[in-house]
Amino acid sequence: MDLIMIREVDKQYKNGVLAISDLSLNVKKGDFVFIIGASGSGKSTLIKMLYREEKPTKGKILIGGINVAKLKNKRVYVLRRKIGVVFQDFRLLPKKTVYENVAFALEIFGEKKQEIRKRVINSLNLVGLKSKAKYYPNNLSGGEQQRVAIARAIVNSPKLVICDEPTGNLDPDTSMEIMKVLEEINKQGTTIMVVTHDKEIVNKMKRRVILLEEGRVKKDYKKGTYDDEVV
Amino acid sequence: MKLFRMLGRNFRDALKSVIRNFSLSLASISCITITLVVVALSIILSYNVNNFSNIIKKDVTIVVFIENDATDQQIAGLENTIKNDKNVDSYKFYSKSEVAEEIMQHSDIYKTIMEEWNDKTNPLYDEFWVKVKDIEIIDQTAQKIKDIKIVKTVEYGETIINKLLSTFKVIQNISYILVISLLIVTAFLISNTIKLTIHARRKEISIMRLVGASNMTIRLPFVIEGLFLGILGSIIPIIITIYGYYVVYNYYGGQLFSPLIRLISPEPFVYIIALILLGIGVIVGMGGSYKAVRRHLKV
Repeated sequence: MDLIMIREVDKQYKNGVLAISDLSLNVKKGDFVFIIGASGSGKSTLIKMLYREEKPTKGKILIGGINVAKLKNKRVYVLRRKIGVVFQDFRLLPKKTVYENVAFALEIFGEKKQEIRKRVINSLNLVGLKSKAKYYPNNLSGGEQQRVAIARAIVNSPKLVICDEPTGNLDPDTSMEIMKVLEEINKQGTTIMVVTHDKEIVNKMKRRVILLEEGRVKKDYKKGTYDDEVV
Repeated sequence: MKLFRMLGRNFRDALKSVIRNFSLSLASISCITITLVVVALSIILSYNVNNFSNIIKKDVTIVVFIENDATDQQIAGLENTIKNDKNVDSYKFYSKSEVAEEIMQHSDIYKTIMEEWNDKTNPLYDEFWVKVKDIEIIDQTAQKIKDIKIVKTVEYGETIINKLLSTFKVIQNISYILVISLLIVTAFLISNTIKLTIHARRKEISIMRLVGASNMTIRLPFVIEGLFLGILGSIIPIIITIYGYYVVYNYYGGQLFSPLIRLISPEPFVYIIALILLGIGVIVGMGGSYKAVRRHLKV
């Protein structure tokens, strides 16, 4: 069953740049997908459209039955509750502790305190940071901060986790640790989409790889590596 | 239940955020405090001036002196004219012997002289004492009565009353303009200060949106924070108003310069002003936050 269905999507920015052109793509539930491509190939625009930070100019994007292209600004939260997003710069709140940062994503729904506690501890366990729940983000290493961001992204059990260059600021060893965490989450049934430049992790993971070029899907490898094509 | 939990959490978070972003909160609070103090002064001034004018207006009387050769019929005609005038609130007739008696009560010297007067030698005049409804057009009413043949003259202390009233009116208008413009400036300043606080926290807002908070959920803690800022900002102005007004009132013994200019008694006046200040603080704080967070909602 397809979790993501993208049909003939165009995205043209106001300055005239055509970032995505006639792009169609399907992602199955439980998939682990890498999206690679040179700078300006439309990777970031594509995932920005998936979590509806950008709207497509033309075409259709369905995520778990929600038509993202037609979603109004004030209804965006409906989509965002079904997906988790992880960024290169972590985007944690520096004045909240690790626990509070993760709990934040549940508190806004009015969940019960005990339920929040249970789920936050579960997520932190999964990313291996239970012992650092009371730390502030600034006291953590880059890899640890990224794991907090992942814990926050998965705490409300989303169907899809989107990662935009999640290892961009991290050394190779830490990057692999992050990938292992994502793999673990994927094993539990969550679909993972990772945009990356990191050759090493793509080659080691041997998962589905989608190569973008000039806003179109150039190649789609089932168990690909970065070396299949020179990007 | 869910709503109550969210509200409870928002109150807790708003309080935490006021404390955690203390320097910015302090900027907003000081802004509210300073303007509310000036607003309080202007409101107190304007209410008191209004009070002075009302007291004076109630006291103003047109005294109509009637020619000694007027017949009873003519006097009845004059009374009719006064009675039918739309601006006349009440009136009373004093015969010249009543006027003489009134004067004699106040002075023994006058008494010895005036006791010898009889109805024919009494040089005083019969009088109507007329109170008007609208003091602004007292001139017209007085003139209308003066134009009647048997009226010798009318007196109502026109120069001093006119001067006093026009001064009060100027003061009142200035204080009204001051209050209104201050309120606009306060709203603007607070909205800007809160915009600054919210701008500093735009990251927090974008993360809230990212993890699936609806616009209402994002806005609520900021609006509650505005409520706290409004309440905190109005504490000092309220204390200054209550304490300060009592001090001024007692220092002047409840009146300024003459018994005619009486200050409004402090109770319940100061408490009403305190409530008004709290209300303004809360509305401006919440409104400012609501408006300021708006532009960060569309991600």
